[in-house]
Amino acid sequence: MVVLGVVPVASIRHERRIAADADVVWQVVRRPESIPEWFPGIVSCTVEGNLRVITTAIGLEMPEEILANDDASRHFAYRITAPQYSFHLGVIDVIAIAPGDSLCVYSTTAIPDTLAILIAGGTLGALEQIKRIAEASTVPS
Amino acid sequence: MSRKILFITTDQQRYDTVGANGGTLSRTPVLDRLAREGIRYERAQPTSVVCMPSRSSMLTGQFPSTHGAWMNGVPLAIDAPSVAETLHDAGYATALIGKAHFEPFMDPFGLYAENSLASLGIATIEQDWFDGRRGVHRGFDYLEFATHGVMGALHYAKWMREEHPEAIRGFYQVVDAEFNVNAAGGGDTNAPQVKYNAVPREWYHTDWVADRTIRWLEEQESDRDWFCWMSFPDPHHPWDPPASEVGRVPWRDVALPENYPTSAGERESLLDQKARHWGLWYDGSLVSNYEAPAKWVPATMTADQVREVNALNAVEVELIDEAIGRVLASIERKGWGDDVDVIFTSDHGELQGDFGLLFKGPYHVDGLMRLPLIWRPAKATAPTPSVVHAPVSLVSLAATFLAIAGQPAPHWVEGAALPIDDADASKRSFESTVTEWDSSIFGVDVHVRTILTHDHLYTEYQPGTVHDGSEGELYVLTDDPLQRANRFDDPAMVGVRAALAERLGDHERRPGERAAPGVLMAPV
Repeated sequence: MVVLGVVPVASIRHERRIAADADVVWQVVRRPESIPEWFPGIVSCTVEGNLRVITTAIGLEMPEEILANDDASRHFAYRITAPQYSFHLGVIDVIAIAPGDSLCVYSTTAIPDTLAILIAGGTLGALEQIKRIAEASTVPS
Repeated sequence: MSRKILFITTDQQRYDTVGANGGTLSRTPVLDRLAREGIRYERAQPTSVVCMPSRSSMLTGQFPSTHGAWMNGVPLAIDAPSVAETLHDAGYATALIGKAHFEPFMDPFGLYAENSLASLGIATIEQDWFDGRRGVHRGFDYLEFATHGVMGALHYAKWMREEHPEAIRGFYQVVDAEFNVNAAGGGDTNAPQVKYNAVPREWYHTDWVADRTIRWLEEQESDRDWFCWMSFPDPHHPWDPPASEVGRVPWRDVALPENYPTSAGERESLLDQKARHWGLWYDGSLVSNYEAPAKWVPATMTADQVREVNALNAVEVELIDEAIGRVLASIERKGWGDDVDVIFTSDHGELQGDFGLLFKGPYHVDGLMRLPLIWRPAKATAPTPSVVHAPVSLVSLAATFLAIAGQPAPHWVEGAALPIDDADASKRSFESTVTEWDSSIFGVDVHVRTILTHDHLYTEYQPGTVHDGSEGELYVLTDDPLQRANRFDDPAMVGVRAALAERLGDHERRPGERAAPGVLMAPV
């Protein structure tokens, strides 16, 4: 039985228009070890190969596997491998719109759906911080 | 020196659980006495039937569509107005002890002050915006938090983990492995969210909230005015009071609620009269919101489970009443007995078996919307006891606190101060109240607006996942106090319906500045 209102996988997308070149925005997010700089509530991380372990402000450790980090398409994908998640996929895409104008899209797909809501809530703050950093590093011409 | 204010809230407590309101299951002598000495409200309504929007309305004096915390999991904006801030500016010492819930509990990144205070080991923290004037958080000088158990980041949970770790496992696990509201059953009847808790009474959160409140009061200077919001997490589920107290109300002796249809046929017939989502939830076809266990189907609930839940609920109500009595005694000891206004209410109700349902959701009937509300003005004002029958809203609380403190209501307050009797209510046109519901979670959108008048309860369902905008409910309270006969499509009610729809429209079109709707950051 498919229960109305219980979607099999929760998938949530947030985005921000950023007044900076796409390459500038991409520089903010492309380094896996930079996440504490732009994701509020992540206070530290360790990176070994394609494995990253983040630590949150409440001391929660979450292991992650980096799945894609493509400079050409400005595309970053990772999954949280903590046992609470049956499935997780996080994707950050930086899309060029025009010189000095870009779109940053942060998608979260997860099971259970409750955890998707929690992670996606955090990505909202991350987008704001990415925007602040990128726009501050862009010198108006 | 002016009047001090003790604001007492509970969570998810129905009107009919209080003796002064006719309740017979739990003994509430302390509340009953306050009601006898002060003002008892017969028709007090919340602005929302879930915690965060309703509590934010208490703090801001605004409807959810104004303050922006429109559903559980949407944090109240950090710069939202706060009656505590205004009282703080007026020289009041301000405290909130117990359950706040203006910000989400589920907070893996530690984004919210409510969750970070305890982990920092302090009761107060200076926010980025702290300017030395507004209080440390939302206008409160002192905050110490608790919620429905021992999980999470709040002060009570931390205290239990540090001081009484052996008692932790006695509590019901509120959420399951998927972080949904737990459907696991317990007690004698396997009722959801029920457990007999081995925790000693003095370690349970009801007594902890009272103890911390007493401590804070004792620390205040005698001539200082204060506003203390004492906020009990009970009788919200889980129903896991200390096992030592369960014998107060033997569940096998508990009568079924008046609005519990005993046969499945009667339940289904009643639900079929209501908007579509009632029946869909009942039979397990719809999970409309987070606040009830997603894996529990109301149609499976037995009469004995209703009895046991209501018995444990009554035990929790009695413990709260006794805790309030201890706090009032401490106020007397401080010599403030004549100077304190006491206001008691709850943020919303609980279905508790009505229509064969339990918990809460977008179901705007008395079980969730008719609340206990008692205001015992300071004895020094020689209050005249009264009963107010006019509909009043919790949106009026902020203005009431300010009126008690002799402060003008700021422009952002949407509700007028509570009336002191029916004549006052009539003079100031307390004729109707509005309750809002908006939710968007798990792929289901529900949007509801309800208006209550002396004679009618009228609900419109706006377009969403399960409603097309044409559905509604209209109950004639004078003939149908249990709200069983939906007259929404009754041709004889066309005129009444049009008039109530116009009033709801007035609410939607009301003037004033509204905050941008907040963003869902967590399930709760």
